Amino acid sequence: MMGRLLLDVKVVDQRAVDKLRKEAETIGKGSFALAWVLDQRSEERSRGVTIDVASNRFQTESTAFTILDAPGHQDFIPNMIAGASQADFAILVIDANTGGFESGLRGQTREHALLIRSMGVSRVIVAINKLDMVAWSQGRFEEIKNQMAGFLAAANFQHKNISFVPVSGLHGDNLVRRSTDPAASWYTGPTLIEELENSEPNARALTNPLRMTVSDVYRTMQSPVTVSGRIDAGSLQTGDAVLVQPSGEKAYIKSVLVDEAPSEWAVAGQNAVLHLSHIDPIHVRVGDIVCDPARPVPRADTFTLKALAFDILMPMEVAVYRGRLQVGGRIVAIPALLDKITGQVIKKKPKIVKPGTVARIVVKLEAQVPLEAGQRVVLRSGGQTVAAGLLE
Amino acid sequence: MRFASKKQTLEAIDEQAGVSLLIVEPEDMWHANNLIAAGDVVHAPTLRKVITTTSTGSNVNKSVRTSLSIRVKSTFFDPLASELKVSGTVVEENEWVSIGQHHTITLKYEKADIKFTIWKSAGWDTVALQSLKEALSEDRPEAIAAVIMQEGLANICLITENRTILKQRIESAIPKRREADTTRAVSSFFDKILSHLRNTIDFSIPRTLLLASPGFTAQDFRSHMQSEATRAGDKALQHIVKGALVVHSSTGHVHSLNEALKSPEVQRTMHGTKAAAETTLMDQFHDRMRKDDGRAWYGTKPVEKAIAEGAVGRGGGVLLVNNAFFRSMDVATRRKYVALVDKVKADGGEVRLLSSDHPSGKRLEGFGGIAALLTYPLFDLDEEDDDDEDVQAGGDGDDAMTI
Repeated sequence: MMGRLLLDVKVVDQRAVDKLRKEAETIGKGSFALAWVLDQRSEERSRGVTIDVASNRFQTESTAFTILDAPGHQDFIPNMIAGASQADFAILVIDANTGGFESGLRGQTREHALLIRSMGVSRVIVAINKLDMVAWSQGRFEEIKNQMAGFLAAANFQHKNISFVPVSGLHGDNLVRRSTDPAASWYTGPTLIEELENSEPNARALTNPLRMTVSDVYRTMQSPVTVSGRIDAGSLQTGDAVLVQPSGEKAYIKSVLVDEAPSEWAVAGQNAVLHLSHIDPIHVRVGDIVCDPARPVPRADTFTLKALAFDILMPMEVAVYRGRLQVGGRIVAIPALLDKITGQVIKKKPKIVKPGTVARIVVKLEAQVPLEAGQRVVLRSGGQTVAAGLLE
Repeated sequence: MRFASKKQTLEAIDEQAGVSLLIVEPEDMWHANNLIAAGDVVHAPTLRKVITTTSTGSNVNKSVRTSLSIRVKSTFFDPLASELKVSGTVVEENEWVSIGQHHTITLKYEKADIKFTIWKSAGWDTVALQSLKEALSEDRPEAIAAVIMQEGLANICLITENRTILKQRIESAIPKRREADTTRAVSSFFDKILSHLRNTIDFSIPRTLLLASPGFTAQDFRSHMQSEATRAGDKALQHIVKGALVVHSSTGHVHSLNEALKSPEVQRTMHGTKAAAETTLMDQFHDRMRKDDGRAWYGTKPVEKAIAEGAVGRGGGVLLVNNAFFRSMDVATRRKYVALVDKVKADGGEVRLLSSDHPSGKRLEGFGGIAALLTYPLFDLDEEDDDDEDVQAGGDGDDAMTI
């Protein structure tokens, strides 16, 4: 679907897609051509699944967008978490096919919706895809819409922040252009792009000290230590001194790229590329935080968080995710069960935490990582997301 | 381990004469660590540094090989070298040392069987006997090598019957930016794993290799090994690849080994091993906890109460204790727990001493080192200590207020 969207907003041209189709056909996967616009790794192409987050940029008349296509498969959820932590809005794509939606809601759709909410994304557009396969049935659309609305409300999304668009990824109906299919004439609402343009991002923490989570480290002509990532808070400019946590090494910003174009500065909310100098590559890893040397992020290996349990929590081993950062750890104590709304302590030292309840838990990690109050983390265990929470 | 004397049996232990054992394999040191507790007396061959003053007044420094008896103060087990350092004070003097001097005996596996003797200060109780029985069991399956990995992280482990030894942790940055960079980084990451794997683990004896990862990483690593073997015409490597099992795990962290050990492919090869059995038991415990039906409890106090009620008995009652729990205990506390173990056994329940060096034992550690599966539900066993905690926690809260 994203491939089609990019084609329709003319980021990729028909020629490129035809080329991909030809390549896809040679390995017998002709129908994957549009998916290949975003799945660029050969591994993703040969296996026909999205593994890692792919990013692409496009502009409409009023707004510049960066889209991150996130994988859905359970094994690659960590990559999806990394993607969601960089996003302002989410488009949740749902398969309207008979049985497709039902199986999705039991599995991935549920987990994804809970994850994006707990990563701090509050605006979600639900794209109900493949409606052409069910002859643009309005009944089907309404059925899915009602179920999803109830489910998303339960996952703490506000009603005004949810919208539904019936689309066809294969043909491009209601993505950029309105559907011309007479069977779809019942839908008069905005298209997906219009919905996106109508969305207002959250206020940015521009005046807070600089925090940028590193999502990739690589070598370029400009600098052997080039980092990319989204600026979570604050701002930076060329020549600034920055501190990389947890290594605690200082570096200088040689130059900045915003949206692949050189820039003097970058601010919170932007995805930037920094060319660093005076630092050895071994001190910078994916998941590190680039911060203000005067007010650095503290490092810690034990933290307390207020967590919403998705599954039963007890003292157990978990993997902790925050953006690209992932580290092993364990729940060492559950000091209290909290009231979901008021945050008051209901029960001290519970034996277990039941799904859907909020608890204060203490997690000890294998290694020291940059952490501070107010950050959002996700806890997973045994391939399932078990909790998400806010650091205290 | 073996008894030094053929006449010695488990049933007839002479407390006065002590128990003499022979170290026959490196794994024995782990058992010795469970057997030897503070306060015990250990007699073993050792090296002692002796300084003698000659008639001219110069000092001569030399190491002499001698056998010493010491009263144990502390033990330290080095899992990688499989060495046990036993420190304490000398209780029997000889020409090199006098009573009361400090000494550390290093017990380790050597070519010739080393003999050592233990006198237990608290006598040979049930727990000590069970540890001894496990130590003596022969016919051990060969240790399994495992690489648990995800993109950019790999842990090379050796899973023996009693413990999981982390041999090497490999981390490497995989840039995602450009396809060519990624491919190069992944292939050098695999090369690194492969060379560490062959350096740290002895593949001259046939053993299973377990490759676990989320996604396709393990599978890719296997094909990488395969192509390396073909390219270099490496027969040994080809052999290793043939015996490699690829299984799924949700992350590349060591604790995910639990999932790998659960998979049907592994259960088949590891059938009946202690590690697999312990994993199953811990899973059972987790499931009961999930149901919250009052038939699973953890922590000292609730478990103690459940046992006193007789709820851990015939027909599915299992007491799970971490063996590290017994290792670091004074005699009085130990007696208390041994009594618990005896009570469960008398009631017809099962007692499992989980190895704290396996992921399953680590999971149990999270529950305070002791847990029980009950035969019938009991509720609110933790009620009473809740009140105690309330007072304490209340105090903490006040502190927080004043700050």
